[in-house]
Amino acid sequence: MNFIYGITGVLFGIILTKSEVVSWFRIEKMFRFQEAHMYLVIASAIAVGAFSVAILKKLQLRSLQREKLNFAGKTETKGFVIGGFLFGIGWAITGACPGPIFSQIGAGVWPALVTLSGALCGVYLYSTVRSKLPH
Amino acid sequence: MSDAIFGTWEWYVAGPLLGAFVPLLLLINNRQLGISSSFMQFCSLFLPAKSQQFLQVDRQKDRWKFYFAIGIALGGFIAANFLSSEKVAFLPGKYYEMPGLLLLFCGGILIGFGTRYANGCTSGHAIMGLSLLHWPSLKATIAFFAGGLAYTYF
Repeated sequence: MNFIYGITGVLFGIILTKSEVVSWFRIEKMFRFQEAHMYLVIASAIAVGAFSVAILKKLQLRSLQREKLNFAGKTETKGFVIGGFLFGIGWAITGACPGPIFSQIGAGVWPALVTLSGALCGVYLYSTVRSKLPH
Repeated sequence: MSDAIFGTWEWYVAGPLLGAFVPLLLLINNRQLGISSSFMQFCSLFLPAKSQQFLQVDRQKDRWKFYFAIGIALGGFIAANFLSSEKVAFLPGKYYEMPGLLLLFCGGILIGFGTRYANGCTSGHAIMGLSLLHWPSLKATIAFFAGGLAYTYF
């Protein structure tokens, strides 16, 4: 099973890289509203995702393990907005959200290793101060 | 034809393909698309996580994201080395030296901290959450953009 997730990741990484949504320059042009590329990639991904979910629900399909599909959304916390905002700043600085950090590394962009190190420290920091934050 | 593969992939190719991972992962083994929680898998490998309750909790459930993330890196390698007619720059030159590297590190901290606090990133909230028409994920997505815009313009 882990092998299958690995293969799925490979395909995901190829698409991220070839569409250049892992490029700092594309992210910059998105936030400066100079180019529609990023918006169109994200919007069409959501459109296909939402359409697929609607069909899966309609047909009441099950997973290959015959389980009922999990359509539950994430439980909302105050972190959605506060954490989301902080992540947005990091996205604009580094030109990478979590997926692209990995594909940048694979593509040989070695500074992305520094981004990843920072991200891991950030996760550790969050887990340390979590109980003191509003949720 | 070769341009369509070895050049930059158009949005109408890449976007729908990325969206297809939502049903794909659900059907394979009832997994919801998401990447940022893979950080916790890496954290538990590299950092002293024994005492960190939070890092322990989701480790089993999200184990698959570790392999998914490694796959993404491999996909980046394949795309850059075998599927590109010319080398594409992903980062400006300033990020290859100090103080740019320090800025990347700080940005990384914000990504790690922010995505865990928000419990998701562009894939988990923007693509997966919005595909479920889960409105709290829209709030998170708007917050991502607000943060990015704030940094870009201030």
